[in-house]
Amino acid sequence: MTESIEISSVAQVRAALGEHQYLADEGLATSIFLAMSLERPLFLEGEAGVGKTEVAKVLSRWLGGPLLRLQCYEGIDQAQAVFEWDYARQLLHLRTAEASGRAIGADERDLESELYDERFLIRRPLLEALSSTDGPRPVLLIDEVDRADDEFEAFLLEALSDYTITVPELGTIRAERPPLVVLTSNRTRDVHDALKRRCLYHWVEHPDFDREVAIIRLRAPHVGHELASQVARATESMRELGLYKPPGVAETIDWASSLAALGKTTVDEESVRVTLGAVLKYREDQSRVLSNDLMSLFSQASG
Amino acid sequence: MAEDIAVGFCRLLRSLGLKVPTTATINFAEALAVVGLDDRDGVYWSGRATLVRREEDQVLYDRAFAVYWEHQRNLSDFEETPAEPVTVLLDSDDENSGEDDEAEEAPEDSEAVRFSVTEVLAEKDFSQCTKEELDELTRLMAGLRFTTHHRRTRRQVPSKARTGRPDLRRTVKLALRHQGEPVRLARTMQSTRPRHLVLLLDVSGSMETYSRALIRFVHAAVVSRGRVEAFAMGTRLTRITRQLSDRDPDAAIAKATPDVKDWAGGTRLGEDIRGFNDQWGIRGMARGAVVVILSDGWDRGDPTELGEQMERLHRVTHELIWVNPLKATEGYAPLAAGMAAALPHLDRFVAGNNFSSVEDLAQILAGSAPQLGRN
Repeated sequence: MTESIEISSVAQVRAALGEHQYLADEGLATSIFLAMSLERPLFLEGEAGVGKTEVAKVLSRWLGGPLLRLQCYEGIDQAQAVFEWDYARQLLHLRTAEASGRAIGADERDLESELYDERFLIRRPLLEALSSTDGPRPVLLIDEVDRADDEFEAFLLEALSDYTITVPELGTIRAERPPLVVLTSNRTRDVHDALKRRCLYHWVEHPDFDREVAIIRLRAPHVGHELASQVARATESMRELGLYKPPGVAETIDWASSLAALGKTTVDEESVRVTLGAVLKYREDQSRVLSNDLMSLFSQASG
Repeated sequence: MAEDIAVGFCRLLRSLGLKVPTTATINFAEALAVVGLDDRDGVYWSGRATLVRREEDQVLYDRAFAVYWEHQRNLSDFEETPAEPVTVLLDSDDENSGEDDEAEEAPEDSEAVRFSVTEVLAEKDFSQCTKEELDELTRLMAGLRFTTHHRRTRRQVPSKARTGRPDLRRTVKLALRHQGEPVRLARTMQSTRPRHLVLLLDVSGSMETYSRALIRFVHAAVVSRGRVEAFAMGTRLTRITRQLSDRDPDAAIAKATPDVKDWAGGTRLGEDIRGFNDQWGIRGMARGAVVVILSDGWDRGDPTELGEQMERLHRVTHELIWVNPLKATEGYAPLAAGMAAALPHLDRFVAGNNFSSVEDLAQILAGSAPQLGRN
């Protein structure tokens, strides 16, 4: 029941995330601190590739508890998200009862209560997260919630507002201590206000220049400082070009690693040209960047 | 103490138009209690996390924060933005209503007369309609049905047929009734649901006479069913779905119009559609959807931009339809540069100048009219 890590300040959260390889800015660190001290789910929204999912991963590394990940997709339902009965074993149990003659004349209700016993229950991430009682607090990641349909959202409401889940055959299960919940969304559609209202909201921005350099150095240690700065500067200018898909942090790291893999310590036109696919994933975006002076991306004074 | 300050700030936000439910205020007060009031960043981010729920609201929040916590500016400075005067054309009564007497000419058989008036009205060009006729059109449009093609979803629903995936959950339930003998194997099938419908209405000057009628069509679509989104294309793109979701057409349209920056200005269609693609469409709203653009195709921007954006949009949509009120005009050819650039990327190009043409459009959406091949 006791929390193994005592959380006292925003600065502490920020430092701890840094130790576990995540450089959070003040806003994100505050949101995380609040989510932990107020026991609220944290709703992270932002462009693809800014590191939303990573937040949950680093939190579980820090807290030392399990990471329970629920990847949302269209049509996801209770059976995949919360619980399912082990039907094959249930059927087997029924056959055994029948074969042993117990089923003859047995009360339907007796059979039923035997079947809907906890031992036939398969716990999916949501139920798993709510039924943890000891050890470090689990982190529940509900990833890309915007991909699930509205029916599923309505369902999350119950689970996230009181940290309770109703299993019709067993009754209501209430979490003894709430898990740390992180929801992410790429905004492919608007998530319902009622769900957002129960959460703390944070819009994750692209990092600024210095932080991005630090992130590259942290996540791709084999990339030298000069190359990291050049790549960060170029992606920063690319984000100003009005591309279809401006590069995210994930692409920046990939790009820097690709250049380093080619043995580069600084960029040159040829190596940029051949590695452009690591950072720009649309033909139109590539041709727009290539039509300008490619090397000017690296020299523009910014940050 | 802290509570009073929190409540005061939330009041200010509400007065500026941000939706702040009481639960958010409580969260904010709780957050302040743990973060403290002495650090500016702590207060700022506590508010951001608890009171703001949409990226678009951040600007408003920042301004209110500056006023309330940092005393930087006066509240009166806020008046600067919503200044652009918006003319709500729907209320203008420029043509003197001389025609509305017609309906009262034959009092003994008012129903029949009303019917014939409706018939005449169905063919009447929107640009010629009086205020009263527009009201009548609103009633007619409310009667339209806005279905779209159904598509299969990943969701499984119980099936009565003997095909589909076995549904063990139900099978076990049924077996219990027969002393544990699984007599019947229950099955599921894939459910279907109508495709998203997205309507982009051009509200620029050249469309003025048509857009005041067509917005009633858009409103009727938005309130008729779920999964319909509406946007107005003026000097910039504005999402008007929420405003139009009021059942009362006049109230809804009055709510939507102040949000539309340029009800009667010029358009850069290419930029607007690009805005739609970037902010909404490509991310998901237009994917597999039926997208309808209602515009005369007069584009003040660069036609190559429009062509490029239409191509992008066409790649993700299920069906892309352009409704042009001018198409019904005799001798019309899509010569306007914008229209010509968009044309190769359309699945359908239809007229939308009177009620019977939008009635046809509703039929097309429902999939009852044959579609031209998509290449």
